[in-house]
Parts: sequence; structure tokens; C-alpha cells
Amino acid sequence: MSAVAVPLGGSRLAAFNPAAKLAAAAAVLAGLLVTADLVTASIVLGAELVALPLAGIRARVLATRAWPLPLAAAGVAVANLLGSSAGAATIAGVSLRLLAIALPGILVFATTEPVDLADSLVQQLRVPARFAYGSLAAIGLLPLLAVDWATIRRARRARGIDAGHSPLAAMRLFASAVFALLVAAIRRATRLAAAMDSRGFDSRRPRTAARRQRFRAADAALVAVTVAVVATANGAALAAGTWHPLLG
Amino acid sequence: MSAIVEARGWGWRHAGRRQWAVRGLDLRIEAGERVLLLGASGAGKSTLLTALAGLLRAPEAGDEEGELAVHGRPGLVLQDPASAIVMGRVGDEVAFGLENLGVPADEIWRRVRDALHDVGLSHPLGHPTRALSGGEQQRLAIAGALALRPDVWLLDEPTANLDPDGAELVRATLRRVLADRAATLVLVEHRVGPVLDLVDRVVVLRSGGGVLADGAPGELFARHGAELRRAGVWLPPGPGGAEPASRVSAARPPGEPVLAAEGVGFTYPGADRPALVAVDVTARAGEILAVRGANGSGKSTLALLLASLLEPSSGSVRFLAGGPDRPYARWRPRELVRHVGTVFQDPEHQFVASSVAAELAVGPRRVGLDAATVRARVEELLERLALTGLAAANPFTLSGGEKRRLSVATALATDPRLLVLDEPTFGQDARTWRELVALLADQRDHGRALVAVTHDEDLVAALADRQLTLAHGRALGEPRAAASPAVALSR
Repeated sequence: MSAVAVPLGGSRLAAFNPAAKLAAAAAVLAGLLVTADLVTASIVLGAELVALPLAGIRARVLATRAWPLPLAAAGVAVANLLGSSAGAATIAGVSLRLLAIALPGILVFATTEPVDLADSLVQQLRVPARFAYGSLAAIGLLPLLAVDWATIRRARRARGIDAGHSPLAAMRLFASAVFALLVAAIRRATRLAAAMDSRGFDSRRPRTAARRQRFRAADAALVAVTVAVVATANGAALAAGTWHPLLG
Repeated sequence: MSAIVEARGWGWRHAGRRQWAVRGLDLRIEAGERVLLLGASGAGKSTLLTALAGLLRAPEAGDEEGELAVHGRPGLVLQDPASAIVMGRVGDEVAFGLENLGVPADEIWRRVRDALHDVGLSHPLGHPTRALSGGEQQRLAIAGALALRPDVWLLDEPTANLDPDGAELVRATLRRVLADRAATLVLVEHRVGPVLDLVDRVVVLRSGGGVLADGAPGELFARHGAELRRAGVWLPPGPGGAEPASRVSAARPPGEPVLAAEGVGFTYPGADRPALVAVDVTARAGEILAVRGANGSGKSTLALLLASLLEPSSGSVRFLAGGPDRPYARWRPRELVRHVGTVFQDPEHQFVASSVAAELAVGPRRVGLDAATVRARVEELLERLALTGLAAANPFTLSGGEKRRLSVATALATDPRLLVLDEPTFGQDARTWRELVALLADQRDHGRALVAVTHDEDLVAALADRQLTLAHGRALGEPRAAASPAVALSR
């Protein structure tokens, strides 16, 4: 829940326009996806790591969000070592690339209030309001569903049902609880949709914005700098002869 | 005078259902009228309100016949405020509707402030909506509708989910909001007595179609009181209204203690304050104990502790009428269900099977009864709880009253010594309410110990042998004996 809904406090990145942050993360993704070499990945990742303290993100706080990443990167490395015939440099490049691509994504969500993200998607990126605010409201239901889940699990205990030592029984118990949660989610979502539509959400009228998301020079600069770094990294790889597209 | 609502032979059937929710409705509501909409469960009150709000569109949502016209902007307030919250902050929540209407930004915030002031919410605009109490969330919902300046207010049981204090605050807010406006009101509410001053006309829907009664409150209840009562409609106290029903007292004095909680306390993981502190309570055979208190007072937590669904952070809960030697909170589910039955506030949380009969068989099978006994037990319960025709139906497709009866039946299926109930009469019509009261009284007279967590003051007055009131996690005094029998109830 906290990974989605509660931003890290106090970072300078919080002041940037969410669409700009998303664009920067997308630029990193696009620029790194084409090649799997060590030079590109390490330059971009290095730039990100340098930028972290500049953006006011403390390493320890980031670790609480980003801890699965090094595990994932290690997993990719091991899988490739065992299963593919690629050289060590390529394998290292693929792992570092994973980190370099994922880190900006985590930072976007960690430094952005969900409502600001929704506003920015609608205002800057022309995402349909129905999708953006519908999703936003749905995220707000998650804490309620968490309570429902706890109740559903307790109810099974109260009915005398447990899995004992049988994995099959455990799966069945889990499936029945998930079904009950699905029903609860549908009930809540239906009520929420009625509440939203009853306040004019489904009208064909153009919506106004109560909260303006501004796209300032600094936001443009963020995107520009990111593109420049990614381009430079690719250029350096080309010059070093290590650039090779990962096709197929 | 122009009509705000006109229905001519209107009917609606929800998609995928065989029965029509509403049929043959002729209704005309003039601007400025304040209507109380009544009817037994299933009579179509919520369907009508939803349609008046413009949310039902054939053919996607279902089939329609006749005509229904609403000449004006509707403002809808639903029963569950937690599931109606769209935004994370108070100001944004009220602004949501104004954004949808295309109101310019600076005017939005002016109207937001006015609406919040009118409903009496003084929280800052950035206050998190999830941190509000139920009553505050409902007032926020009213503010959200108020900001849109509706012509017709549609309120579907706005106080049903609230504790008595929250409900009174919401009613006071509605009085204030409706007082100096010419708005029309259509209100569905079970607790009829407290809202009579808000309405000048009562319309009763007939299950199966049409209007059962329509007129001024006093005269309507006087003329149709008995018929309405039979149909399961809640009536206000007074002439022609509810008879002062007698309290259903215990047939015998209470027996030996079945469960004892001593100094029991609980803190949820990650919480900064304990939910429950040092509560002592005993449940005795043949006795009904009511646990009361505002939302957040710890009553649900106490119920979970007494049902062995939570392990106490401090103090102890001991089961005194048999069962394994282990600490109560460590009993295995199979052992627990043999001695304790729990009824949850939302019956759907506890359904585990795909047919009513299978649902009833779960408990008896878990405690190891043989197939023949299980079958007999299921038959008996189906009969007792009037569920015989529904044996093959999927529990999730039952009506609200049927689901409640099924959830009580499943808790009784293993013949437990202790029954713990969380808001058992929540959302029930008058007929199901009376059946439930009779059933619980009967269980008490058979020697079961019952603990009911409830807001329902009429239930407490009818059945409770002892009451325990909680506030902020602590017991207010000792569990005391219930009020005297000479109390007039509103049934």
C-alpha cells in the first residue's frame, strides 16, 4: 500500500510536474531498451545515482522501496549465466540495464502524490479523465479492501476452516477467500462508480480542473537533460564499439 | 406547480435478473415536496432512487418499461460513505463534482468552502478523507452534493451505517441544508421516527409493483399501519404506528459462565494507541450480552477477541465450557467452530460454498459428524430459518434478509455454546428483524450464551439481559442489567 499511495516526503523531485517525470522515465526506458551493453547501462545508472542526493532522496529511505531491485538484477544475471551463451560484459549490461530502467520508475511514484499524477496525466498528457480519476478513486479503496481481506480470513477461521498441512487445502482456502474478496471489491467499486456518476462524472461536458498542474521550464529541462544523458550514453557505447542492439 | 418527478407505469428489471425490481409505478412529485419512500426489502426503493439519479440506462443496465422523467438536477447521497469517497483530501472531494460540471476554477473553491461551511465541517481543505469518522464522511458526501446545487435530493438510508451520535449529526445537517432551500427531497430511511420532521409526504412501494400507500404521514400510518407492519415496513411510534412491543425477557435466569475475559486489551500492529484496554466481561449461558459504543470504541475488536479471532495483547480470554487445554486464541479452527459460532456484519465475508445447503453443511462436516447427521442438521436449519426453497441457490445471489438468515444459520449449525454476533440486525426490514429477535431469544432459552455488538437500540431494549458500553477502548462501568420491561419500543 505504501509503495503506491504514500510518497517519500521532502524530496525536491516532488515539485516537478508528474508528466515530466514520467516522460523522463520513459526516455530512459526507450534509450536503454535498444542495447544491452555495459557502457550505456552503467553511464545512465551512474547518472541516476549521482542525481539521487541532488534530488534530496536519502539512500536508506529509497532502500525501503527499491529493495527488490538488486535481487531482480542478480536473478537476471544468474539466469543468463546459466542459460545463455552471452559474454560476461553483456550479462552485466543486462542486469545494470534493469536497475537503470526501473529506478526512475520507482522514483516517479515515490515522489508523486497520486492525485497530482492523475491531474497531470489529464492536463498534460490528455489521458481521459474517466480513466485517470476512476483509477485514482479505486486506489483509495485499497485500504478498505485490506480490511475486508482480514475479515474474510478471520471468517474462515470462525467457520472451522483451515488448511491443516495440506497444500491442496491451502490453495482451496486461498481461492475461496480471493473469491469473497473479489465480490467485496465489486460491491465497493459499484457503489463508488454510482457515487461518481451521480456527481456528473459521466456528463459529456468538458471538465475543468480545480488543481492546476503547471509545466514549467524546469520540467522541460528535466526531460531534456535526461534525453541528453541517455543519448550521450548510447553515443559513448557506439564510440567504444560495445553498442549492439538486442534483437530477438 | 411543475412536477419534478413524473413516473407513468414505470418498471425496471436489472440486467440478468428474472424478477422486476419495480413495476407499474405511477408517481408524481411536485417541486418542493419532501417525500419519505418506504417499502419492505425488495420493494424497489433503492432501484427507484438510482433511476431518479439518472444512473440506470437501458439497455446496458437492464430493461425498462413506461416512463420516468426527472426535471431538475439530482443530488444523491448513499448509505456507505466510505465507498463513496473519490478523493484523498476534503477540499478535492467536494471540488470533484464541480469539476465535472465545468465550473471555472476560482468559483470551484468558493463553492467548496461554502458547502463545507453549510454542513458544519471545519477541517482544512487538505485534511485526509480517510481520517474522518463515518458521520463526518457522510456530511462530506452531503457537501459534495450540496456544492452542485441539486434540485432534488435523493438520500438512500444516509444514516444506516452510522452510530447513533453520527446519525443524529447527519440528520441535523440535513435539517439545516434543507431548511432554507426550495429543494425537493426523496428520502429512504429505516428509522422512520427521527426523520418525520423532514418530510411532508409518505409513499410506500408495494413489493411486486405499484404503490401501496401515498399520503401525509400521520394519516397514512393511522390508516395503513397494520398492513404496513405486516409487509415488513418500519413504522414510527405513535397512534396507528408501532405498538409498544413487549420486551422478550429470558425464560430462566442465566446459567454458568461460558467465557471470561479478564483485563483484556488489544493494539493493532502499527497503531499508536491500543484499540481496547483492560476490559473485563463474562458471557453466561442463557443470557444475551449487548456491547454498545460509538464507532471506534473497540466493540468490534472485543467481539473478535471473544470469538477467538484475535489474540489479546494483554489480559486473557478463557473458555469455560469445555474445549481443548490450549489458550483460547490458539485453538484450531476445527475445535473453535465446535464451541463458538460467529456472525459477521457483512454476511458475504463468511460464505465459502456455492449453494445454501453446502454452506450449512460446512460446519457440521468440519466437526466430524457423519453424513446422515449432517443431512438432518441441514434440513432442520433450512426449515427453521425459512430457507428451504433456496437450498440450491448460490449464497451470493440471495436477498439481504436471506443472507443474514443464512449467516446466522451457519453459525448455529455446529450447536455452539457461545454465539458472537456483529451488528446482526444491520439493514434488515421490520419483518426479518422480528424473526431474528425471536430466533435469538429462542437460542438464549436453549441455554446458549450470546454476545451481540450492536448500535440497534431497539434490539438492545428487546433482548439484552446485560449491557456493556465501551468508549475509546475502555469499558464504561460494569456490565449492567438491561432497562426495565416497561419500555415502549418503536416496532
